[in-house]
Amino acid sequence: MGSGHGTELNLTLKVWRQKNSKAAGSFETHQLTGISTDMSFLEMFDVLNEKLISEGKEAIAFDHDCREGICGMCSMYINGRPHGPKQGVTTCQLHMRSFKNGDTIVVEPWRSAAFPVIKDLAVDRSAFDRIIASGGYISVNTGNAQDANNILIPKTDADEAFGAAACIGCGACVAACKNSSAMLFVSAKVSQLALLPQGQVERKERVKKMVAAMDEEGFGNCTNTGACEAECPKGISLENIARMNRELMGATFK
Amino acid sequence: MSKLDSKIPEGAIDQKWSKYRSTVHLVNPANKRSLEVLVVGSGLAGASAASSLAEMGYKVKVFCFQDSPRRAHSIAAQGGINAAKNYQNDGDSTYRLFYDTIKGGDYRAREANVHRLAEVSSNIIDQCVAQGVPLAREYGGLLSNRSFGGTQVQRTFYAAGQTGQQLLLGAYSALQRQVGMGAVELCSRHEMLDVVTIDGVTRGIIARNLITGEMEKHFGHAVLLCTGGYGNVFYLSTNAMGSNVTAAWKAHKKGAFFGNPCYTQIHPTCIPVSGDHQSKLTLMSESLRNDGRIWVPKKKDDNRKPTDIPEEERDYYLERRYPAFGNLVPRDVASRGAKERCDAGYGVGASKMAVYLDFAFNTARYGRTEATKRNIQNPSHEEIMRLGKEVVKEKYGNLFDMYQQITGENPYEVPMRIYPAVHYTMGGLWVDYNLMTTVKGLYALGEANFSDHGANRLGASALMQGLADGYFVIPYTLGVYLSEEVSRMSAEKDKADSIDKLKTKHPAFDAALKEQTDLINKFLNIKGTKSVESFHKRLGLIMWNKCGMARNKQGLTEAIAEIQALRKEFWSDVRVLGSADEFNPDLEKAGRVADFLELGELMCKDALHREESCGGHFREEHQTEDGEAKRDDVNFAYVAAWEYKGESNWELNKEELKYENIKIAQRSYK
Repeated sequence: MGSGHGTELNLTLKVWRQKNSKAAGSFETHQLTGISTDMSFLEMFDVLNEKLISEGKEAIAFDHDCREGICGMCSMYINGRPHGPKQGVTTCQLHMRSFKNGDTIVVEPWRSAAFPVIKDLAVDRSAFDRIIASGGYISVNTGNAQDANNILIPKTDADEAFGAAACIGCGACVAACKNSSAMLFVSAKVSQLALLPQGQVERKERVKKMVAAMDEEGFGNCTNTGACEAECPKGISLENIARMNRELMGATFK
Repeated sequence: MSKLDSKIPEGAIDQKWSKYRSTVHLVNPANKRSLEVLVVGSGLAGASAASSLAEMGYKVKVFCFQDSPRRAHSIAAQGGINAAKNYQNDGDSTYRLFYDTIKGGDYRAREANVHRLAEVSSNIIDQCVAQGVPLAREYGGLLSNRSFGGTQVQRTFYAAGQTGQQLLLGAYSALQRQVGMGAVELCSRHEMLDVVTIDGVTRGIIARNLITGEMEKHFGHAVLLCTGGYGNVFYLSTNAMGSNVTAAWKAHKKGAFFGNPCYTQIHPTCIPVSGDHQSKLTLMSESLRNDGRIWVPKKKDDNRKPTDIPEEERDYYLERRYPAFGNLVPRDVASRGAKERCDAGYGVGASKMAVYLDFAFNTARYGRTEATKRNIQNPSHEEIMRLGKEVVKEKYGNLFDMYQQITGENPYEVPMRIYPAVHYTMGGLWVDYNLMTTVKGLYALGEANFSDHGANRLGASALMQGLADGYFVIPYTLGVYLSEEVSRMSAEKDKADSIDKLKTKHPAFDAALKEQTDLINKFLNIKGTKSVESFHKRLGLIMWNKCGMARNKQGLTEAIAEIQALRKEFWSDVRVLGSADEFNPDLEKAGRVADFLELGELMCKDALHREESCGGHFREEHQTEDGEAKRDDVNFAYVAAWEYKGESNWELNKEELKYENIKIAQRSYK
């Protein structure tokens, strides 16, 4: 029930605490009582932080912003899964009704050499920005555009490009991968632009530059396991990785 | 003489902008390379401005408090973006978009700015499509449109329920391209804490590196605040958790007048509050009102399930009160309609503070069309609904999923429960036609300024305005001022202590840096007993109860006193832990809440002084017999631009609004 009839849970939380990128971290255990099943996972963290502050202890640092599943900022690794047990949702959209009374919940930051921990559960994902800066765009200065309806795009292509463009850049794919591969993220952008007529001119250069940037940031190679797709909150498909590999082959060998 | 000069160009309304931009002073390419522009905020306005200015050759730095510019809250806009393309051949035009926006804003917006917005709206769609933004298409490959509130044409472009995301990622990719080319320096996880002015002219900002806590000085020939709105003053709103007023407020205290702070948009269709733990509210896009019908039971305290309440016992109150626009009335009207029904005891759900948004009717309609298309004879009701659900899912799937995620209810089976929530602030820093504030060299773009939406913004117009300001207005108007800077720089080139030589070594930067460092230490040294969050919650309640959807003299007067008392308590009893030289989200929030505690008071004062109702500002003392907003055009057809004079002390400046092209009238959607 969602109409204010939530039941209450008592929970044990094991949360990763780490002072900064250089310090060693460890788990800290907290007991929480009376958590409403109507709360979001981050609201449960709000309750915990208020409790810590009232006890004179520092609040747990975690990234979050829109709390409606679209900004991609929230990033908790919950019970061994990025964004927790529910498929297709971000941490902020995970609600406590997905848990049972008496549960122990283990919460860690994304773990990847390319995403260093800033503090507690917050990590540095600026590598993603640098990959986009290497080629994840169409080079069109403001004012250079023709009338939008002069470019006809079949609905199926537009829909497929949109599906890839729905990536929120949260990094769950990297966190899920045992190799910390960023291929789902990179391939989503490569696919979006390769599928659209506007993206054709730079198609070959783009994929080469983005893959090179990805390698330079220290992300690992694809394992073909598919954990990224399974854990992606936006359902970005593995087909994008296959497409990126084809694009790269096509761009590299003539 | 008024301190406000709006600098509206002469000439006919449809000639002003084209003539102005063709005749303003330009900055030559060589000089652009030596001019530095600081852009604060990386949403639609900030990212589009930064990329466009960098493309032109300016040296640009971008600041955002999030970990990446792509997180800015423009990303959460769902429904769409307006443009007067008239692709649907339904009578749209620049003039009609202009007219709808002025009327929708309840005749409290500046005509010249709004016309310019309507003029450039088409270019925005072209630019975004060229960038690869996957806007929705029809089967023939052409762009698709839908309807939004307050208009009778289909001019809204969209990308499923993620239009803001796609437009922002387009602007972000343009920005990152410039970052990659070295034309933009990106400072993410940085928060602007103050504007540095020298002799009344903007020379840079003070920012805090949120990871290390280091306080930084940044020089700029111009500073663009693209920092969004201040809806989080209400604590609960559809804004992101980090959305804040700090940059705009610090600018205000440095001399930028604040325009119409009381104009707040309460969005009619949000998911209702579920309990005290609530940290934010989630919008259900206005596009849903295309296909949903809003109703409450005709009987008070009707506890039957919505699906058990027969058609004749339902009150489709918007269709009843506003037959011409029905469920597509503007947001302020729809929100007050819901409040009126709930206050009168007809609300639904456990809290009784909700109304139904029901898709059954249109699901059936779509289902019948699909059955006809597929040549299914005499389809059963179940079959019709199944086919209809497929269509609804295609149009609104992500919104329905989000609703189910949050409430645990399936909106394909039962109507959504919705209630109004704070969504957008029409008020903001006062700007002239060039988007410059009352501080020389300091600009405000997008939601951070006050200029285009009057007292109520129409749906799908925020994305339009943010991108208009960034892509197509500021690239022209910034040159007006920077060309003067070029002359000044040339005149001062032999001066040993010129600002161009000293830059951040000027003592004004050190003074501002010290002031902000002291402020941070002050928060940490109060060592009180109550959390920052608890103060924010209490402020939000005061604002929502007394400066929310309906306001009156008594409530506003009380709110002012309560906010002053709360602020005093904050400064003596807030508890901020941790230190200044580390990543400390609680400390960041303390600064933001401190500023909200001052802004809230000004909003109430503005609402109290405006003895009329207009758009989102509804004073209970000023309503028509049938409960509609009653404007007072004789006494209040002006922009209230507040000048900061010290704590709890503001001076009112007025910019008269002249309507030369649109006949000012009682706004009617009946």
